[in-house]
Amino acid sequence: MSESVRVVLPAHLRAMAKVQGEIRVDVRDEVTQRSVLDALEAEFPMLLGTIRDRATAKRRAFVRFFACEEDLSHEEPDAPLPDRVVHGEEPFIVIGAMAGG
Amino acid sequence: MSGTRVLVGTRKGAFVLTSDERRTEWTVDGPHFPGWEIYHLKGSAVNPDRLYASQTSGWFGQVIQRSDDGGTSWETVGNDFTYDGVPGEHQWYDGSLRPWAFTRVWHLKPSLHDAETVYAGVEDAALFKSTDGGAQWAELSGLRQHDTGPQWQPGAGGMCLHTILEHPSDADRLYVAISAAGVFRTSDGGQTWQPINKGLRSGEIPDEDSEVGHCVHRIDMHPDHPDVLYMQKHWDVMRSQDGGDTWQEVSGNLPSDFGFPITVHAHEPETVYVVPITSDSLHFPPDGKLRVYRSRTGGHEWEALTTGLPQQDCYVNVLRDAMAVDQHESCGVYFGTTGGQVYASNDSGDSWEPIVRDLPSVLSVDVQTLR
Repeated sequence: MSESVRVVLPAHLRAMAKVQGEIRVDVRDEVTQRSVLDALEAEFPMLLGTIRDRATAKRRAFVRFFACEEDLSHEEPDAPLPDRVVHGEEPFIVIGAMAGG
Repeated sequence: MSGTRVLVGTRKGAFVLTSDERRTEWTVDGPHFPGWEIYHLKGSAVNPDRLYASQTSGWFGQVIQRSDDGGTSWETVGNDFTYDGVPGEHQWYDGSLRPWAFTRVWHLKPSLHDAETVYAGVEDAALFKSTDGGAQWAELSGLRQHDTGPQWQPGAGGMCLHTILEHPSDADRLYVAISAAGVFRTSDGGQTWQPINKGLRSGEIPDEDSEVGHCVHRIDMHPDHPDVLYMQKHWDVMRSQDGGDTWQEVSGNLPSDFGFPITVHAHEPETVYVVPITSDSLHFPPDGKLRVYRSRTGGHEWEALTTGLPQQDCYVNVLRDAMAVDQHESCGVYFGTTGGQVYASNDSGDSWEPIVRDLPSVLSVDVQTLR
């Protein structure tokens, strides 16, 4: 049994992955940040290291995870994502943090 | 007819500039990887169609791109720059110790001896090697684990390994330069390293002739005289005649001996180019005049090259990797500025013209002579 999770990537990573718009990844395990990102990187290996640090596997400092109008960036990687993400009703959004001035 | 391909890395993407051997009409292709910082774009001398790009971002980290068709198409290759073993600690700006942490690749050096071998100089300072065209990287950790490692400290731009030179006939002999540690040499392919900074004097460190701690900005050599090395240090232009064992100052009559790049002419081992910058606190040319200085005597005696370069109200900088020479019979010299201009000379620096004027801030310039 796997879930088809909707994922929205920022423009730079869509260009790198050569995809347009929202994508879907199949997640076999419990739907968490870690399992979604593992599935994403397995399908798009060019994204390895761009969202999570290669050495520590931690979220890169200026990357944020949003879903269901909530900032999930500081949730534990293995915490379950909201049911609406699990059931494909809402996307898991990867976004570059606002910066500049 | 042979061709010329200039590879330009900028703050917002990569550009490929092409011309024939006359180097008067140019085609500008880019930006590749728009929006990303391209710290270095470098072609292989063994296989000129093989290019590498260090693509970095404060948001999305380090990516390495490879082209096998001269920059028309690109593919991502390996970006796992994990240090070998438990990283040690180095000096931080405040005198405390801080663990080595990978930030980005500053410099890529495709081997002169093997098309699939490429080196990467990274921040925090370390040297990585790939023997499969960049797919996988392994640290040559003898450098970072040198006894002096805990004394290394970052320059203002970070603790970067920014220059890699290969001996033209001995693949095991490498030189690297680190800001702000100095120059190191290996004769066994990177297993063991020796600091070679004797003769450098740096007023910015407590012991001005210390074994390490010098902010070396760039080194270069001519392949016909591989024991002669040239260095642009933070302050001072230096020369070594013994493969780096000792250094002598050759700043001579330069208007300022602060600067970043230093480059040797393709056919004249004693002809050297620098771009004087006012000071470490004023990163622009003296008097608002952009002047390349050329020495035909291996240093000491320098002449200003100004024809075609702005001689008033110019306040750009030229970064350490942003100058290169081609191999044409009449040697071409190229440099890019933080103002986005790429200047070219097809007559060894006697006269200059801009290839492009309004690119993003230029981080690196390399040139390939296509036969």
